Amino acid sequence: MATEVIASVEESRQTYLNNGHTVKSWLLTLDHKRIGLLYLFSISAFFLIGGIYAALIRLELLTPKGDLLTADTYNRVFTMHGVIMIFFFLIPSIPAVLGNFLLPIMLGAKDVAFPKLNLLSWYIFMIGGALMLYTLISGGIDTGWTFYPPYSSIYSNSEVTIAGVSIFITGFSSILTGLNFMVTIHTMRAPGLTWFRLPLFVWAHYATSLIQILGTPVIAITILALALERSFQIGIFDPKLGGDPVLFQHLFWFYSHPAVYIMILPSMGVVSEIIANMTRKRVFGYHFVAFSSLAIAVFGFLVWGHHMFTSSQSMYAGLVFSIISYAVAIPSAIKTFNWTATIYKGSVSFDTPMIYALAFLGLFTVGGMTGLFLAALGLDVHLHDTYFVVAHFHYVMVGGAIIGYLGGLHYWWPKMTGKMYPEILGRVSAIIIFIGFNFTFFPQFILGYLGMPRRYYAYVPEFQVLHVLSSAGALVLGVGFLMPLFYLAWSIKYGKPAPNNPWTAVGLEWQTSSPPPTENFTYDPVVKTEAYEFEHVEEIRQAGKAASAQPA
Amino acid sequence: MSILPLFLIPFMPESASTFADEVDLYFLFLVGLTFFFSVVIGALAIFFMVRYRRRRPDEVPEPIEGAMVLEITWTVIPFLISMFIFAWGAKIYYDMYKEPKDALEIFVTGKQWMWRAQHPDGVREINALHLPLGRRVKLTMTSEDVLHSYYIPAFRTKADVVPGRYTMTWFEPTKVGTYHLFCTEYCGTQHSGMIGTITVLEPSAYQSWLAGGVSEGSPAKAGEKLFASLACSTCHQDQNRGRGPTLAGAFGTQRVLDNGATVVADEAYIRESILMPNIKLVAGYQAIMPTFQGQVSEEQILQLIAYIKSIGPKQDGSAPTMATQAGAPAGALDGRSPMTPAAPNAPSTN
Repeated sequence: MATEVIASVEESRQTYLNNGHTVKSWLLTLDHKRIGLLYLFSISAFFLIGGIYAALIRLELLTPKGDLLTADTYNRVFTMHGVIMIFFFLIPSIPAVLGNFLLPIMLGAKDVAFPKLNLLSWYIFMIGGALMLYTLISGGIDTGWTFYPPYSSIYSNSEVTIAGVSIFITGFSSILTGLNFMVTIHTMRAPGLTWFRLPLFVWAHYATSLIQILGTPVIAITILALALERSFQIGIFDPKLGGDPVLFQHLFWFYSHPAVYIMILPSMGVVSEIIANMTRKRVFGYHFVAFSSLAIAVFGFLVWGHHMFTSSQSMYAGLVFSIISYAVAIPSAIKTFNWTATIYKGSVSFDTPMIYALAFLGLFTVGGMTGLFLAALGLDVHLHDTYFVVAHFHYVMVGGAIIGYLGGLHYWWPKMTGKMYPEILGRVSAIIIFIGFNFTFFPQFILGYLGMPRRYYAYVPEFQVLHVLSSAGALVLGVGFLMPLFYLAWSIKYGKPAPNNPWTAVGLEWQTSSPPPTENFTYDPVVKTEAYEFEHVEEIRQAGKAASAQPA
Repeated sequence: MSILPLFLIPFMPESASTFADEVDLYFLFLVGLTFFFSVVIGALAIFFMVRYRRRRPDEVPEPIEGAMVLEITWTVIPFLISMFIFAWGAKIYYDMYKEPKDALEIFVTGKQWMWRAQHPDGVREINALHLPLGRRVKLTMTSEDVLHSYYIPAFRTKADVVPGRYTMTWFEPTKVGTYHLFCTEYCGTQHSGMIGTITVLEPSAYQSWLAGGVSEGSPAKAGEKLFASLACSTCHQDQNRGRGPTLAGAFGTQRVLDNGATVVADEAYIRESILMPNIKLVAGYQAIMPTFQGQVSEEQILQLIAYIKSIGPKQDGSAPTMATQAGAPAGALDGRSPMTPAAPNAPSTN
């Protein structure tokens, strides 16, 4: 009985979800929340495709000889896995989905600064994505996601130019989103919401936007130069045409190293929100965590050469890039210590988002620490381009970025959809992902130190045991990733209706209804306290109880 | 993780060069550090979560503002540790770059998808490299096509092999045996097939291996023949009687260019002068030399260089043989320091 009544109340209340049911109302929406959901569906599809490629890689590597795929197919598979996961899933993931949905609400605004530009970003993303799908159907590309010339510009027989155009276009989506967020944060904060009252999620997105705006144009121009060399034999990178292949590596990593921070910083923002609200504690050292995001964004632009210690760049350049790389490690360490200290003497809930946050803490620590191995000059000579690198960046990208994304998705799912996800399944899948992830990627650290090179489709037999372990782990990981896909989709229709504030959390997004109305708030929010102020949490809880009791 | 099956797996690669033991020690130090911090953070987080688990739904913990002393501590200590890591890594890296004086020099060229090597006495091999135990060996490498990378895990050394420039790596084998050679810079379809075997032999066994090999004469001899067959000698005659400067005694010396700049006649300069002769013209000569681009392979260029070296000033063994010119193009980032033989083939500057 009660659920029926609530359902009817839900129907009567105007929300961003029931404000128009036509396809047009979605495809032409200017509502940042709907655009966030459009991104959610698009990037989930890309995640699935990228995941299928990952499965093919792990299947092929079960045996030392190439037997499932041909060498050429395998090269296309790992390239497409990287390109799709990085440019079409990881980079847009948290900013475009959770950032779009939450940033204006966290600021107490009705929308982002430029709603039309926001929709345009999604369309640009989809055009780039469609071109990438075309690339994929026409056989994919075989250059590796790093596109190093002269292989990519002269020797490769795959659709490099179209893939390049696709990434070039998609980059504009990223730039425009960053621009939109930055202007929104500067100009649309609610009365009383000063910079140091901002949730750390917002600080993280501010730093991310900075990188998106300053870094993305560099990769755009680099890819354009590559396309010019490939299409018109204009010598830029190929020595036979008078170019310099190492120049490409400098330009490529000038963007692609900061791009790592585009992926991880938002995730750090999510983890700050989850840990604070799930422990009812103000984030320990708020200012340090906030400024460390900016420090990472700035230092991140000065370390690109640590990808090139064996490239023939000068030894002195290597020394400089190495020492600055250690400087960028410090802000990440500061964050990790502060998160751990936040849990101290808190009131810790064990709901799914907190399990993800804990998993993040562990995996990111390993991912970050193994980065120190690779920034270490004398050791990187041995480790460069081996599976150690593969393991390291998956600990950061999957163990950090994706775990954070999934934690955030669970945490804000009730707000976004108005439905609760099944809690037990949530916890179980988080633990399965954690175990599967470690089984997949931990053996790869050992493989790397033993000397197994990256991008090998066949390998010497002594590496097989570790590869089999890794592939077995990938199976577990795959199951873990598929579970949320199903139960989250299920919960949209069958999930329990979500209260406005299921976690008794603070933050403006929890003060509006679940799902929020189109204009986000039915009143004009005014902020009187700092972020993570839990003094009145009991009143919030009682109010929440009363609100959900009312309809019955 | 249950570790039982893992005991069957080797954790460390074989160690067969003078670098290997120090790199391993450095690696294990970092492993220990990672283990320590991961366990401390993981254990603290789990302990706090259990110890301070939510007992009542209306629980409100005391807020804690933060603590400056703690913040400074966990900024300064990691910083100091990381500077120590940096310094150690830099020391090893410097040693790897510091070109040995008395090294056996072997030329390596990479091409899709094979490794060619030529020993000083002319013996060649493909996808294999035989080395004498206890002798420093320097590889001077270039590529015929795309990027490759020459990686010997047992030696802990690796260097990219780049078209259009020479790169260097060196090592001193310390253990007789056979080891893997892998290409570690993705180079196309058969990248994973671009592998080979490194065989370290006792010096006497190395000598008899060399004797059994098919030698086409030393690279310098082959270069001399090429010098004649390509008709280089028509212009580059002795005592500057030809239309080109004489090359006897030229190697490693400062050359004055027609624009007043100077350049050291090293490997990179000779290579550039063969392929793009008129970019850096020696003063007093006309831009009349044709390019040999497409007519000579990278291996042949290395042979020509070996020949020019052999008629160069007598080596006293002290000067670094491959000093890269000061004023090299893009010197700041890409000229590979005085110790290493990389100079980009960029036509833009000087």
